[in-house]
Amino acid sequence: MSFDAAYQSKPFNSVGTRPLRPDGVDKVTGRARYGADFNMPGQLVARVLRSAHAHAKIKSIDTSRAEAVKGVKAVVTATDLPDLTDGDPALFAVLDNCIAREKVMYDGHAVAAVAAIDENAAKAALQLIEVDYEILPHVIDVDAATLPDAPVLNEAIFTQGVEPTPTTPSNVANRSEFGHGDVKVGFAQADFVVERSYKTEQTHQGYIEPHACVASCNPDGTAELWVCTQGHFVYRQICADLLGLEASKLRVTPSEIGGGFGGKTHVWAEPVALALSRKANRPVKLIMSREEVFRASGPTSATSIDVKIGAKQDGTITAAEATLRYTSGPYADMWAELGAMTSFACYDLMNVKTVGLEVVVNRPKVAAYRAPSAPMAAFAVESTIDELAQKIGMDSVDFRIKNAASEGTQSSYGPVYGPIGIGPTLEAAKAHPHMSAALGENQGRGMACGFWFNFGGQTCTDLNISADGTVTIAVGTVDVGGSRASLSLIAAEELGISYDCIKAVIADTSMLGYNDMTDGSRGTFSTSMATISAARNAIEVMRQRVALMWEIPLEDVYWEDGHAHAAGTKHGNRAPLSVKDIAAEAANTGGPIAGHSELVADGAGVSFATHICDIEVDPETGSSRVARYTVIQDAGKAVHPSYVEGQYQGGAAQGIGWALNEEYIYGEDGRLQNPGFLDYRIPVCSDLPMIDTQILEIPNPNHPYGVRGVGETSIVPPLAAIANAVSNAVGVRMAHIPVSPPRILAALNDAKD
Amino acid sequence: MSSIAVSTTINDDDVEFLCQPNETLLDVLRNRLGLMGAKEGCGTGDCGACSTIMDGRVVCSCLVLGAEAQGRTIETIEGMAKGSELHPLQRKFIEHAALQCGICTPGFLMAAKALLEVNPDPTESQIRFWLAGNLCRCTGYDKIVRAVQDAAAELRGDTP
Repeated sequence: MSFDAAYQSKPFNSVGTRPLRPDGVDKVTGRARYGADFNMPGQLVARVLRSAHAHAKIKSIDTSRAEAVKGVKAVVTATDLPDLTDGDPALFAVLDNCIAREKVMYDGHAVAAVAAIDENAAKAALQLIEVDYEILPHVIDVDAATLPDAPVLNEAIFTQGVEPTPTTPSNVANRSEFGHGDVKVGFAQADFVVERSYKTEQTHQGYIEPHACVASCNPDGTAELWVCTQGHFVYRQICADLLGLEASKLRVTPSEIGGGFGGKTHVWAEPVALALSRKANRPVKLIMSREEVFRASGPTSATSIDVKIGAKQDGTITAAEATLRYTSGPYADMWAELGAMTSFACYDLMNVKTVGLEVVVNRPKVAAYRAPSAPMAAFAVESTIDELAQKIGMDSVDFRIKNAASEGTQSSYGPVYGPIGIGPTLEAAKAHPHMSAALGENQGRGMACGFWFNFGGQTCTDLNISADGTVTIAVGTVDVGGSRASLSLIAAEELGISYDCIKAVIADTSMLGYNDMTDGSRGTFSTSMATISAARNAIEVMRQRVALMWEIPLEDVYWEDGHAHAAGTKHGNRAPLSVKDIAAEAANTGGPIAGHSELVADGAGVSFATHICDIEVDPETGSSRVARYTVIQDAGKAVHPSYVEGQYQGGAAQGIGWALNEEYIYGEDGRLQNPGFLDYRIPVCSDLPMIDTQILEIPNPNHPYGVRGVGETSIVPPLAAIANAVSNAVGVRMAHIPVSPPRILAALNDAKD
Repeated sequence: MSSIAVSTTINDDDVEFLCQPNETLLDVLRNRLGLMGAKEGCGTGDCGACSTIMDGRVVCSCLVLGAEAQGRTIETIEGMAKGSELHPLQRKFIEHAALQCGICTPGFLMAAKALLEVNPDPTESQIRFWLAGNLCRCTGYDKIVRAVQDAAAELRGDTP
């Protein structure tokens, strides 16, 4: 049946309310089962041996002494995961990152793994694995890696995207370019130009649950994987490809997920656990330690960004240009490209050009982190925008409003926008009481805007109606932040029944067709679209059943307010039938009633936010405190407003941590010096104020209820908003994130000299 | 290593177990006693996901040895609800949407319970500093603080 995804304005009964989440009781009683909370009979414990070198050739690995340890059942190296990637560089990068082949590329890179009957035996065995390394020169810093004398990580990397392709290898894997118009012409028209270079340091998603899985390979070619992941169907495909399994014979069950933020969209150690299980012929449980999570699972890029923006005296931007260098870890990727696409997405520009350069370095393989690559680009651009507004003598909000993109604007990355929320969020910021509140001593106010694309993608949902009229929806997108509640509201709305009658479950890979991951803020957007479609299909089945029951033509049965009605007066005064009435008769009218949906959720509406924050800086120590914080973001339609607010607040808090404190610190030896929550300090409760939120609803024309993704955009503005606030508080432009106390103090001291 | 026999009280039940001398209370709870509500987020006492209450005091159970539980009284998340009746803190966490992924929630509930037992009427600042040993990466803490404030008011018998 064709499905019309177009937005139709209508009053809502369920959508927009705030019922209790269905997984709440499990989560407050300790019953919810996360990655590490699952066991299998005969299960072994796995431990991974990791490189202490930033860059080294593996000359040999001797596992014989480890294998001889009592209780050890399997030891694996790269030899046990042969290269089946068939020339696919992205898949090869996953494989090489899981377990190093010819070289270790960063401190923490896995080289071997052990499965044993208990932790003591596994740990003892790890110490007996002998790896003979030839240590190679390494490079950690993004700018240093691009210098001509930098050690080259991969002799096979010749910069893509430049003509002609270079003849010498380099650490710049790819160059991408976006924009339109002619920036030279634009800058010639400018009365004011600001040009500045910025840096941001590498941060980690910092999910509280370390990666964990239980893998079980059977000798008949079937296998099971229990794992905390944002996308079990994707994990299934990647693991099956790397292990040489048939995808349908690998059943992947997603656990409850203890935070992911993009970091659990990538496969890390799961193929190693499967390889250990295959070799030992027993189930294997592999849990990363926190130190392993920091050293060897994906952080975001460190960046170096140059921005130049010009404007006329009246505040019209005439040209904007940026060059963005992003680290991707040791393997080529597309993080700078995303940065280049998002940089100027908030603005309506005649002349714009962005260049993204992907830089390989001896750091862990970069992973997606909530609106990946956008926060750093926004930091550089929104800082420059602020500085330019000050130079012109315009209010920073008015300057942004004057140049904001709107419906019909050609975006800096290509597409023409439909109805969007950047203007409305800015107008809301201008009118917000926070904007005009008095500042205290040593306080500064900053604001910034942010953009994220949002994704749609492949989605499959089943909706089954039980004989008692209650409904189960089985979805294939992992619930990372309350989507079972929002999807139950959607099903209740479409069917016209009570939220309490719906049970939403996350189906494993054997129970449902393929679903893309919970990423790109697509969970509620895409799966609600499929749920609406499935509900409409179920309603169609119910109409057919009622036509049978009433013995009247199908076209005379219509659906309204959760009931089947007979049209007109020719069929007498029939009382409408509820879902419960129809379900009770299902056995006599054709059997179980269900609705299914398989679709590609196109048309994810782009998302914009504006943040305002007040920062207080201690001029003697450089320490800072967030005094007030406000998030204004377009949700399209907030399905469960409490969890939309939660996404706004959570993203803001992560951005605050990134802006003020979090960073990967490497020693001269290329080793990570702060792989723990004590030294890599994420915001704690006493660091933050309440985070105020304002939800705007500019309907997405491509979703029946107007829903847009909401999960990611909230992390985009904070880096810039905080840097602007600190800069305003101390009177010095802060161009290096995090603006930690030492950096603030250094800036203050430089200003004094 | 030979095991140590330990007798202790967990959630009002008499419990006996054997553990290795180097085994943490967290490992004993999770791996030997099936009490998996306490989570290991770091294993170094930094994240608070394994918070339990020992003799009335919040502890990171990853920093307590199993053998140290001898003769102590331990409360875990599994003992917080009384039968089908949730503790007001548990109820308020759900009502206020104070959890997203939920991995930190058992630790927060344990820590908040201990707070309200010593200070039934904490200020926002007192709540924030008491809970500073529990990391949450999803919520930004806003709704957690509100849930604790609301639960405290209910426990005090304040009319809303």
